[in-house]
Amino acid sequence: MEILELTALELGKKIKAGEITVKGAVQAAIDRAKEAEPVINSYVTLDEAGAFAQAEEVQKKIDAGELTGPLAGVPVAIKDNMCIKGQLTTCSSKILSNFKPTYTAEAVENLKKAGAVIIGKTNMDEFAMGSTTETSYYGPTRNPHNTAHVPGGSSGGSCAAVAAGECFGALGSDTGGSIRQPSSFCGVVGLKPTYGTVSRYGLIAYGSSLDQIGPVAKDVSDCAAFLEAVASHDPKDSTSIDRDDYDFTSALENNAKGLKIGIPKDYMGDGLDPEVRQAVLRAAKVLEENGAVVETFDLGLVKYAIPAYYTIASAEASSNLERFDGVKYGYRTEEYEGLHNMYKKTRSEGFGPEVKRRIMLGSFVLSSGYYDAYYLKALRTKALIKKEFDKAFEYYDIILGPAAPTTAPELGKSLSDPLKMYLGDIYTISVNLAGLPGMTVPVGKDKNGLPIGMQLIGNAFEEKTLIRAAYTYECATGKQYETMADIIKAADGGTKDTGMDAADTAAEKEVPGHGKTV
Amino acid sequence: MANKISDETIEYVGILAKLELSDTEKEDAKADMEKMLDYIDTLNELDTSGIEPMSHVFPVNNVFREDVVTNGDGREETLANAPQRKEDTFEVPRTIG
Repeated sequence: MEILELTALELGKKIKAGEITVKGAVQAAIDRAKEAEPVINSYVTLDEAGAFAQAEEVQKKIDAGELTGPLAGVPVAIKDNMCIKGQLTTCSSKILSNFKPTYTAEAVENLKKAGAVIIGKTNMDEFAMGSTTETSYYGPTRNPHNTAHVPGGSSGGSCAAVAAGECFGALGSDTGGSIRQPSSFCGVVGLKPTYGTVSRYGLIAYGSSLDQIGPVAKDVSDCAAFLEAVASHDPKDSTSIDRDDYDFTSALENNAKGLKIGIPKDYMGDGLDPEVRQAVLRAAKVLEENGAVVETFDLGLVKYAIPAYYTIASAEASSNLERFDGVKYGYRTEEYEGLHNMYKKTRSEGFGPEVKRRIMLGSFVLSSGYYDAYYLKALRTKALIKKEFDKAFEYYDIILGPAAPTTAPELGKSLSDPLKMYLGDIYTISVNLAGLPGMTVPVGKDKNGLPIGMQLIGNAFEEKTLIRAAYTYECATGKQYETMADIIKAADGGTKDTGMDAADTAAEKEVPGHGKTV
Repeated sequence: MANKISDETIEYVGILAKLELSDTEKEDAKADMEKMLDYIDTLNELDTSGIEPMSHVFPVNNVFREDVVTNGDGREETLANAPQRKEDTFEVPRTIG
C-alpha cells in the first residue's frame, strides 16, 4: 500500500536510491490492478509477464548506471490506441480484437527510453469516439471514486487506472477533450499538448488534425515529467513540430505572480453545474491570492465549436477508418460473397454503433453536393474560432474554466442521446480545433464524492505557463484533491446504487480468445 | 430548417461508408443524422464569406527526404496479422469474374 501512495517521481527517486526495486514497484501495481480490475475494468490487457521481464531489464540498466532519468523503473499504462510491437492493440474495438502491431508508437518508445515499465493497455471508447468509455467492446470502465458512475472518456481507462493506483501514470489521447474530461472526472492531472508536440506515429488515427497524445498523472510534477519524456520531434509524423523547449519540468515554479488569467463568461453560464462552478471559481481565487490577475471576458463563438468539431472529426474519422476492411489485419467476417460484400459485412460486424454513426455522418458531409455546405463551412468556422483565441491571448496568459459542465454521469445515462453527450464537450473541444495546449487539475469534489477539474488553456507552445499555474495551485492547496481513490468504498456505494453485482459485470466483459490476463 | 434524409440518401451514404445497415439501423441512422445536421446548421448563423477553410492550425509543408530504405524486411510480421494469406500475399475474394 505504501508504494502505491507514491507519485511517479517519488517512486523513481526511491528506485534510484535502491530503497525499492523495479520488480517491487511492478508487483505493487499488478497486485493493485488484480484487486481493482474486477470492478473498475481499466485495462483491456494487463501484461503481467511482460511487465516483470521489462522490470528485470530496466533494473539491470539502472544498476549499471545506464538509466538515470527520473521515471526509470516506474510502472505505467498506455491507452489501447497506441501501437506496441507484438502486443494486442484493440482500440477497444471488435475489428482490432486480434491485432498485434509490427512496430511501437514513438511516444511509447520515448517512455521506454526513459525507463518506464509498461504494464498494460487501457480501456477506452471504441476508436476514441465517446465521452464515457461505455462504447468499448470490452465493457465499460467504472469511476474508481464511485463505481456507479463513468470515468469519462475516451481515455477513461488511463484516468481510472491512475486514480485507482493501478499504475503510476499513463498515456491518453485527446481529440476533443479525451484526456482532460476523464482526468476531471477521475481526479487526476491530465494534459493535452500543443498539436505537433508529441508524435502521432503509431497512434491509431481518429481525427488526424485534432489528435494529440498526452500524459495522465497523479500530480502536476509527474505530469510535467511524463510530458518531458514523451514529447519529441519525429520525422515519421509529418505534423510533428521541432520545438525549442522540451524542458517542461523547469516550469514547476510555485509562483503565479503577474500571470493574466481570463475566465470566459460563456464557460460559466447556462448548463454548468453549480458545484462545479463554485469549485472552479474557488480555484481561480487561489491563483489570484498567489499573484495572478483574474478577470472575466467574452470569448466569442463558444457555441459553434461543437457543430464544427463533430463535422470535422466525423469527416476525418470516415476517411481514417476506411482502412479497416478485413484484408490486412483485424477481424474478417466469416461468410461473404465477393470482395465488396466482405468489406461491408466485416465493417458492419466489427464496428459498434457510435463508430458507425460517426462514419455515416462523416461520409455524408464529405459527399459531393454537401462538401461545401458542411465540411468547408466547418473548416471556415475553425479559422474564426482560432482567431477568437488569438485575440484572447493578446491579453491573457491563461484561459481558465471547467473541463466539463458536470461531474461524472451515472453509467448507462449518456449513450441514448448522442447529441446531449456531445454537448458535454463544450469546454474542451475548441482547444483541439485551435491546436492549443490544455490541462486539467483536480480542484474539488461534489456531494457524491465525485472529482471536479479545472481546465487551464494556454496559447500555442505555452505548456510551461499552464504547468507553472497548476503547480502554484497545487502547492497552495496541498494536493488535497489528488488523493488515490478508495475502491472498496467506491464499489460499496456503486453496488448499492445500481443493484449490480460487480463480479457479474466483470464476467460479462470477458471475450473468448481475447488476451485479458487478469 | 429541419433536415430530411431520404431512403436513397441513407442508401448512398451506406455505400460510401462501406456499411451494411439493417432496416432498423437505417431508420436510426436517418433520425440521428437529421438531428445532427439540424444542429450543425447553426453554423449558418455565422458569416464566413471571405474566410479561408483552415485544415491545419499550423502551416504544414511537404517534408522531403532522400528515398533511402531504413526499415528492414517485415514481411512475415506483417502477414502474421492477415485474416487470410496465400504464401507471401494477402488473400481476398475473387474480384474479377
